[in-house]
Amino acid sequence: MYRIDLAGTRHRFPDLKSLLAAATPLRSGDELAGIAAESAEARVAARHILADLPLKTFLTETVVPYEEDEVTRLIIDSHDQAAFAPVASLTVGEFRDWLLDDRVRARDLTALSPGLTAEMVAAVSKLMRNQDLIAVARKCRVVRRFRSSIGLRGRLAVRLQPNHPTDDPAGIAASILDGLLHGCGDAVIGINPATDNVEGAIALLRLIDDLRLRYAIPTQSCVLTHVTNSLQAIERGAPVDLVFQSVAGTQGANRGFGIDLALLAEAQEAALSLKRGSIGNDVMYFETGQGSALSAGAHHGVDQQTLEVRAQAVARAFRPLLVNSVVGFIGPEYLYDGRQIIRAGLEDHCTGKLLGLPMGVDVCYTNHAEADQNDMDNLLTLLGVAGVSFVMGVPGADDIMLNYQSTSFHDALYVRDVLGVRPAPEFEAWLESMCMLDTRGRVAPREIATLPLARAIADQRFTTP
Amino acid sequence: MSQPPADDPLARLRAATQARIGLGRAGHAMPTRACLDFDLGHARARDAVWTPLDVDGVTAQASDWPVIAVRSQAPDRATYLRRPDLGRELAAADGLPAGPFDLSIIIGDGLSARAAQAHGAALALDLRQRLPGWSLAPLVLAHQARVALGDAIAASMGARFALMLIGERPGLSAADSLGAYLTIDPRPGRMDSERNCVSNIRPPHGLSIAQAGEKLAWLLTEGRRIGATGIALKDAAPTRDRPHVHHQSHAADPARPASGQAVAGGDGDGGPFPP
Repeated sequence: MYRIDLAGTRHRFPDLKSLLAAATPLRSGDELAGIAAESAEARVAARHILADLPLKTFLTETVVPYEEDEVTRLIIDSHDQAAFAPVASLTVGEFRDWLLDDRVRARDLTALSPGLTAEMVAAVSKLMRNQDLIAVARKCRVVRRFRSSIGLRGRLAVRLQPNHPTDDPAGIAASILDGLLHGCGDAVIGINPATDNVEGAIALLRLIDDLRLRYAIPTQSCVLTHVTNSLQAIERGAPVDLVFQSVAGTQGANRGFGIDLALLAEAQEAALSLKRGSIGNDVMYFETGQGSALSAGAHHGVDQQTLEVRAQAVARAFRPLLVNSVVGFIGPEYLYDGRQIIRAGLEDHCTGKLLGLPMGVDVCYTNHAEADQNDMDNLLTLLGVAGVSFVMGVPGADDIMLNYQSTSFHDALYVRDVLGVRPAPEFEAWLESMCMLDTRGRVAPREIATLPLARAIADQRFTTP
Repeated sequence: MSQPPADDPLARLRAATQARIGLGRAGHAMPTRACLDFDLGHARARDAVWTPLDVDGVTAQASDWPVIAVRSQAPDRATYLRRPDLGRELAAADGLPAGPFDLSIIIGDGLSARAAQAHGAALALDLRQRLPGWSLAPLVLAHQARVALGDAIAASMGARFALMLIGERPGLSAADSLGAYLTIDPRPGRMDSERNCVSNIRPPHGLSIAQAGEKLAWLLTEGRRIGATGIALKDAAPTRDRPHVHHQSHAADPARPASGQAVAGGDGDGGPFPP
């Protein structure tokens, strides 16, 4: 039981998870779960209590029982006591101040990361304003490599997302070409398949791999299919660069995705065995999203943001090349409007970086959410300032397969230009070699007919296998 | 300055996709025309979400079929969007006849009343023709409806099957797509895996009324024969209709069916989560 008297009113919270839930900035998913703070004052009261809570509390008190949940066991069993030492004596509130301290630099945060549990990071983020989430994330440095480098300072990569409602090869190739011509694709060329089966996945993998080899593009490919499909594709000799999987923050929600930690480990091992990376061998790609555990009926009364950080703790166990939140995709019953989506996007990015993940964000919304392109411009710009490792590039921001709006190739050009950040260095050199950069290193708007790449791809024949 | 591509090597490839490619540039941004096209799509989708179901309009389309209007426990659109649980519960069963019936067809607004209005009555009438000998309950129009509301409605009328025709979540280029969800022995608490879904009913671009009617009539007839809907019925479907059970790639986005496939389960609202 946690209690506090504030301005003559006594506030009580029965346990740690209800305290964390009450301290969370308002969002529709916690209201739907019936665990949001009862009033604005109760929310601040919970934050007061949380601020005085020793960080060590999270090593002895769990929000989902250790015995029942392998994600809790992963978090507790992999905690690094030595890495935790610099902050071991702090409260959650003092930890926020420590993170914001000028003397705490990137290398300190990198060293600390294995000493932080998901719940510690969730707790401190609930005491942080948006500017804190930006400032702290900006300090973090997480670099991963496969054929390109993700997360270097001053760089912002883009996942080229060329989805098509029937997986038509020519249609997908058209979107890939358009993305490349806008300087996108350095994070990954990643397709969400419309038809989810192994044969389809293999056909798409061959399509991207063929383009990549033919034009020597320093990037990696991924078909975002279920991990068991990727395993089968590997067995059948398909060119699998990255293994994708959606992950959640409880064992039950992961079961809903048809996965457990052992399966992820098996998939990672299979992908590593292919040794397809040129400058590194980080082979996993994960997506997460606030609300997934509640949707699966496996949230244990824990708020969705805390569970999101637990999902990130799952991701961190597999040294991923890429991790992104699909923040606005999940729908208004979890994040109602632009304000909630923006807050959650900044949270997911910051908490992931603190845990040591190469965080990107799918800056996005659905048509039944109270959000529009202006909200996405705001979030994209804020994340750019926060040093986001990658964002999505979707033709015209309109994903015609998944039926939602993400960021466009143009948005990527915008944020790179206004913030002076550049593509991954290997990819930038390739753009240069393809005559696509102007004298100031920006992707030049020019007659695409004059570009050798456009000519070559347009002349290629794509047929359905 | 906008730069529409002149000699356009993309022209052939562009024909292969509806994706917004080759838009040109104004500096780093999209040209004005492309922005306005996008805004129009979004405005249509928003209007589809927020426009109420026109009961009189659908009643008129239903010709001689008696129509009863009901509501879920979600009192308004804003609550409906935040509280999918309320959209699955019936406010009051008053006015629904006791039955029994073989089939209850419900037209629900879902996330696009435009879809329900455009295709709901036409599909119901098409199905009626394909199901001679079936006793049909009065057509029910449901406001603020999620998929599972159909089970509560059909159960209160003692119907053997519930068929919910419901507006799917609007996309930028398709704001009037209808989904059809079939449940045998409907009752509150039925799971998504116990339903079959035919999605993307949207003439002339998606499934036609006749195509959807044919698939649904097959599912109903076969479902009655084997006494099941859901996974068991899906597995019995002709190969060309058999779905790939999706493990959708985005977080918490299971089982989003591809166009026109008859699938087991489904997300109910064209939205990412099961209702």
